[in-house]
Amino acid sequence: MNNKYHLNYLEQLESESIHIFREVAAQFEKPALLFSGGKDSICLVHLALKAFAPGKIPFPLVHIDTGHNFPEALAFRDAMAERIGATLVVRKVEDTIKQRSLTEPKGKFPSRNWLQTYTLLDTIEEFAFDCCIGGARRDEEKARAKERIFSVRDEFGQWNPKLQRPELWNIYNGKIHKGENVRVFPISNWTELDIWNYIRNEKIDLPSIYFAHERSVIEHEGQLVAISEFVQPGESDVVLTKKVRYRTVGDMTCTAAVESVASTLDEVINEIVATRISERGETRIDDKVTEAAMEDRKKNGYF
Amino acid sequence: MDLLRFITAGSVDDGKSTLIGRLLYDSKNILIDQLEALEKSTKNRTDGSVDLALLTDGLRAEREQGITIDVAYRYFTTPKRKFIIADAPGHVQYTRNMITGASNASLIIILIDARQGVVEQTRRHSIIASLLKIKHVVVAVNKMDLVDFSQEVYTAIVNDYNQVAAQLGLGTITYIPMSALDGDNIVDPSVRMPWYTGKALLEFLEDVQLDQDVNLTIPRFQVQFVIRPQTEELHDYRGYAGRIISGIYRKGDKVTVLPQGIETTIATLEVAGKEVEEVFAPQAAVIQLADDIDISRGDTIVKSDNRPLVSNELNVLLCWMDDKPLISGNKYLLQHNGRLLRAMIRQVEYKIDVNTLQQQPVEGQVKLNEVVKATIKTAAPLVYDSYENLSEYGSAILVDETSNSTVAAVLIQS
Repeated sequence: MNNKYHLNYLEQLESESIHIFREVAAQFEKPALLFSGGKDSICLVHLALKAFAPGKIPFPLVHIDTGHNFPEALAFRDAMAERIGATLVVRKVEDTIKQRSLTEPKGKFPSRNWLQTYTLLDTIEEFAFDCCIGGARRDEEKARAKERIFSVRDEFGQWNPKLQRPELWNIYNGKIHKGENVRVFPISNWTELDIWNYIRNEKIDLPSIYFAHERSVIEHEGQLVAISEFVQPGESDVVLTKKVRYRTVGDMTCTAAVESVASTLDEVINEIVATRISERGETRIDDKVTEAAMEDRKKNGYF
Repeated sequence: MDLLRFITAGSVDDGKSTLIGRLLYDSKNILIDQLEALEKSTKNRTDGSVDLALLTDGLRAEREQGITIDVAYRYFTTPKRKFIIADAPGHVQYTRNMITGASNASLIIILIDARQGVVEQTRRHSIIASLLKIKHVVVAVNKMDLVDFSQEVYTAIVNDYNQVAAQLGLGTITYIPMSALDGDNIVDPSVRMPWYTGKALLEFLEDVQLDQDVNLTIPRFQVQFVIRPQTEELHDYRGYAGRIISGIYRKGDKVTVLPQGIETTIATLEVAGKEVEEVFAPQAAVIQLADDIDISRGDTIVKSDNRPLVSNELNVLLCWMDDKPLISGNKYLLQHNGRLLRAMIRQVEYKIDVNTLQQQPVEGQVKLNEVVKATIKTAAPLVYDSYENLSEYGSAILVDETSNSTVAAVLIQS
């Protein structure tokens, strides 16, 4: 296209996301950006930096640490927060479990995914956050496809799909009652591939686990799960050493690795373009539990 | 590669979900695990086929009841374009959902069941498309397999619809005969309709010209957020951040800040932290002005030789979206991009029948899904354009201050 007044699709998405970030800063008193050190939230931070340049991001980064995270992602999280001079708030699911005497999930892959909702809601209350910015994308999962960019939650953090506000043009209504909060998803309209292409175009750094490396893994229902202090092989498991990378970065207990030889961004993108399995399907162990798993979790205050 | 946002409109059994499923499936945007989940959901079927419509049914609540409760967004990409589909359901709340989905769409696909032809729903979808001035209209004559791929049936529908379109002043219309169920004319041209020589739907969606869709001639910018780093090296920095709503701004342009009416000059322009010579819609930009003036969120910066309207009396079309009815004389908040003004609905003049476009007297209250002509008085002057001239700056919402709900879409007429 020769027209110099033309934005390509990534520039359009970027512009939309920056607009959303600025709406958050303008409409809310105490927003927070949920930051895990995963690729989507790294892109969020990158977009927020652009939205408020030459100023700093006018809200803290918040991580709800399940205690089951990849050490590489945590190190990246800390380094990035320091590099951009952002305030980083970390709250641990471990502490919530103790304080509230919650029951730890059992089993071979003990996911604290469900429990992190408690810690998130406590953190929202502790800091009186009226808005939490998250990196969810609508292409990830069916329940997300129906969620607004500004998603109002009641005082229990609950999402009610039947009571969503109509979202018209580029106008975002962030008005809430005391005690309620809004989850805002600036990259709602991005797909997994858009994120990867953006990371490549913008030369955004990622934690090393997104690139192929050797790891001891076991096979579980066709998925490769890394051996770690949280996941131990059972008697019938065969421990294999494979060259893998991660396509998403969640908890070590519920994120599967994919076999890969991709050591550069171009190679990762080529592999993703060629794959015939979706991001969640390939890498999330917890979503398979019930078909409506995500819908249930969202209704209970999850992202 | 660019981006096309479109909406699909159809009544309950027109095959809309099947069409979307087919587009995703045939353009290879459905992946194996999603297909497996689909096969699991459809294994009760006797004929062994996969129900593509299930790809777009999101929530368990909906699957259990077999309905769609809200606008859902779908994404797919071809080597030529990225597509965002707003999928609005076809039942009672249709007007509200369709307007929501259509507000960001530059193209609409109106589905017609070839057996039924142009029906009341078709008119309603078309009227909403014309009210919102959607730039491109595709009429998909679906289920051609059920009328033996008859060219006669198709031509009769095209003729009927042409009359509707003429009444409504709809823009360019493209007609495509298809069978979403079997995939005829969706991604690949149909071999069963050799008499149709136009493009298959996907090819059309990939090729339709979008260059003219962004208005680059009327410069409009509204201050969204003021960036003041207040650090040592940026002590005096005061940047006005916002999206270029329309038009082009250049460094050195003489501009006027409204509603204050103060004239000044653009000192610097930035996009994502980088200084540039010019900015254009829909970029997210930061403007610094030559003079130190008091400007805050919601103020409009325009070029001095191209002024918008400024008034506190507005003639509007309201599409009512709340379960609570509109009450004349009630106060609401008018949100115009980032500008919030107290507003009172002074008079509801008439109701527009969304099936016939006829004006009707308003008896009693204005209810959910009704479209009315009204006058609004705002507590301070609004800076705007008519929706007709510049939809990007002629649209707003009403917010109920007690419930905080978005209760109406506002199309400003004058």
